Amino acid sequence: MSTTDVTAASHSHDHDHHGEHDHNGHGHDDHGDHKPGFFTRWFCSTNHKDIGTLYIIFSIFAGIVGGFFSMYMRAELQDPGVQYMLNSDGTPNGQMWNVFITAHGLIMVFFVVMPGLIGGFGNWFVPLMIGAPDMAFPRLNNISFWLIIPAFLLLVASAMVGSGAGTGWTVYPPLSSIIGHPDMSVDMAIFALHLAGASSILGAANFITTIFNMRAPGMTLHKMPLFVWGMLVTAFLLVLAVPVLGGAITMLLTDRNFGTAFFNPEGGGDPVLFQHLFWFFGHPEVYIMILPAFGIVSHIISTFSRKPIFGYLGMAYAMVAIGFVGFVVWAHHMYTVGMSASVLGYFTAATLIIAVPTGIKIFSWIATMWGGSITFTTPMLWAIGFIVLFTIGGVTGVVLANAGMDVNLHDTYYVVAHFHYVLSLGAVFALFAGFYYWIGKMSGRQYPEFWGKVHFWLTFIGVNLVFFPQHFLGLAGMPRRIIDYPAPLLPKDMNWTERTLYMTNESWVSFKAWVTGTPYQSAIDWGFHGWNFISSMGAYLSGASVILFIFIVFYTLFFGRRVGANYWDVAPNTMTLEWTVSSPPPFHQFTIQPTVK
Amino acid sequence: MADYIEYDTTNGKPHPYHLVRPSAWPLISSFAAGLLAVGAVLFMHKVEIRDVPVGLKGVILGALSVMACMFFWWKDIIHEGVVEKAHSPIAKIGLRYGMMLFIASEVMFFVAFFWAFFSASLFPVGGIWPPEGIHIIPAFDLPLLMTMILLLSGCTVTWAHHALLDNKIAEASKALIITVGLGVVFLGFQVYEYVHAPFAFKDGIFASTFFMATGFHGFHVFVGTVFLFVCWLRTVKGHFNAENHFGFEAAAWYWHFVDVVWLFLFVAVYWWGAGDAPAAIH
Repeated sequence: MSTTDVTAASHSHDHDHHGEHDHNGHGHDDHGDHKPGFFTRWFCSTNHKDIGTLYIIFSIFAGIVGGFFSMYMRAELQDPGVQYMLNSDGTPNGQMWNVFITAHGLIMVFFVVMPGLIGGFGNWFVPLMIGAPDMAFPRLNNISFWLIIPAFLLLVASAMVGSGAGTGWTVYPPLSSIIGHPDMSVDMAIFALHLAGASSILGAANFITTIFNMRAPGMTLHKMPLFVWGMLVTAFLLVLAVPVLGGAITMLLTDRNFGTAFFNPEGGGDPVLFQHLFWFFGHPEVYIMILPAFGIVSHIISTFSRKPIFGYLGMAYAMVAIGFVGFVVWAHHMYTVGMSASVLGYFTAATLIIAVPTGIKIFSWIATMWGGSITFTTPMLWAIGFIVLFTIGGVTGVVLANAGMDVNLHDTYYVVAHFHYVLSLGAVFALFAGFYYWIGKMSGRQYPEFWGKVHFWLTFIGVNLVFFPQHFLGLAGMPRRIIDYPAPLLPKDMNWTERTLYMTNESWVSFKAWVTGTPYQSAIDWGFHGWNFISSMGAYLSGASVILFIFIVFYTLFFGRRVGANYWDVAPNTMTLEWTVSSPPPFHQFTIQPTVK
Repeated sequence: MADYIEYDTTNGKPHPYHLVRPSAWPLISSFAAGLLAVGAVLFMHKVEIRDVPVGLKGVILGALSVMACMFFWWKDIIHEGVVEKAHSPIAKIGLRYGMMLFIASEVMFFVAFFWAFFSASLFPVGGIWPPEGIHIIPAFDLPLLMTMILLLSGCTVTWAHHALLDNKIAEASKALIITVGLGVVFLGFQVYEYVHAPFAFKDGIFASTFFMATGFHGFHVFVGTVFLFVCWLRTVKGHFNAENHFGFEAAAWYWHFVDVVWLFLFVAVYWWGAGDAPAAIH
């Protein structure tokens, strides 16, 4: 019995049994901890942990860039009228708004959540959890990372060239056609997606091969940790969904530049075709972002409840079911394009079915905690926060799944609130949960617990302030992707400071009245202003929490307490293999294969 | 996780995988691909710097860099497989998974173009398919001959495979070079068909779906032909024997995939998609 027999695997003196390393004279010291020089190690890497680290660093960096876009947008929407996004003559610059939402969406999806969850934690922990020394195709792994860099540069450039790509992340024609965006910005965004897509497909093939081919002896699929299950399903979705996006944006590219007519009705084409193709990718894409998060949350809930996950097989196959059904629900994103009632009925029914496996997951997490010996560490807080907020996003998803209902809510802030609850407050919470859970394993140093908790609560309050009011705005009919909204009638003309103080006071008085149950009629007609104001205040709080997070990262890396292999004291009944190797793990772990009894 | 799994981290065997050395090619390939993309953007928008059109130069430089990276990267892989004998049995299984998944993603890429085709042809904007005024390429003319050529090449590549399995290297290389030849003939016919097509690239949705679907197929035939040609070179150089020839098998799988896509193109786009439209007059 050696579940707690730490670091043993890393100390094998395994002699070079298949020939690598002898080219530079180190063939007799394949000890597992020999690292190459700086440039080779970080730019020519074939090591899953180093590439995972590069992904995480990139994801944090891109998150700050994408977060900057959202801060600027919230600042603009804080008050009615256009304050910041102005042309040089002082008129509102609506295209700038379009460019910001586009860049924000594409960066967050393709350059933050996917690199973080899949490239970062997937790379780090899939091989560790299955007992493999590395990924199946280490060079392919590295090109998956490096393709992200030119893709990111192209995307950021697309926001700055010409009018900027202001199409939304969905890139619908005719707005994205040559009549909507005649300059080169959209072409740059298209190529950014091509490169990011190639990176994703190669990475996905790598993960599937690794998981099918490199599990430790005895680890059957039904003994595989749930994070690995999540990554496996995600990788299949990537392999099957991303090429369809590739085809769609290739047709868009030829429509724009070479005179084809796929999406151009004048030539017999159909812009709705693009929506079908996009969402055939786009819907699996949202599960691509959330399934690894499901995996991470399962591990954290299990570890800190000191109980095996409730209904392990149900949890695994719920993810498989979500993956399957995720391919046949795409048109619920386009209920308003004029489909027949039977098609609407089908897509409504199919979409509602997804609530079943998702419900299995939510209830199994709760059942895992039930009767457990729970410790509320920072990762556990993030994981529980994930469950709460993801459930809210899931419930509004059920609302939106109904075609009849959605016609009223389509393209309103209700949709914005819904998908930010499942992504910003779902996938991103899982990113933070995974970070706090594993940073000790990855760096060998533990984060400061107190500040981790402060970071959690600041973010939790901040993001809920941002997105909960957006439900109300959407229900009240505020459309998304618009730079401005009608102004409320203020009692008198106010400057920025006066208005901010006035709004804060009004918010506070209303809140107090709501808490005490006294009826309160505000002196003004709030219109959309009140909730937008609160939403923006929440955004600033969330922004502050990101700054705190950056401090925590640096503090951890330089001053964090050094930790041993199993620093969470993971119980034998919830053990996974990453806790059997040192923190940080040796350069090549598991040169002697672990076995599963 | 799953209930009470016990791990033994001390008594196992050395791992049987192939861990590759650090390599510069992924880094260089990525930036070569980025250069190609930037070049293509500049080319499509006819950007000139000091009156010099830079786009085409960027495309050519980018494409050459990408191809150079492919050459050197795959040269490394062949060296590891043939000279270092680093491809352990389990590593070979991994390569098979990888190739299958790559082909699966390629299939989904074609799904997008078939989707566009069926969307346009089943629900035509003008009410009829092919659209008014289109003269089609008759399916049971040159396209049937091209179908036969591809099917025959599928036979010859299988012949090469069986020859390899019997260690008959000379016969395998003969069958392979015939396959490559058939691929080249197919491409020649496709060029002829494009040059003589009764509709042009910009002639609306019929031409768009036709040229994009058959064009990407043709590009894949080209890639498959090059792949098989490299396998022929490797056969002649003695890289393959009855036990070790996964490079060849990957090329054969790819070739069959290209073949199957063509069958769908022939049946759907050329034959069914022609409808009642008049044929082109030669």
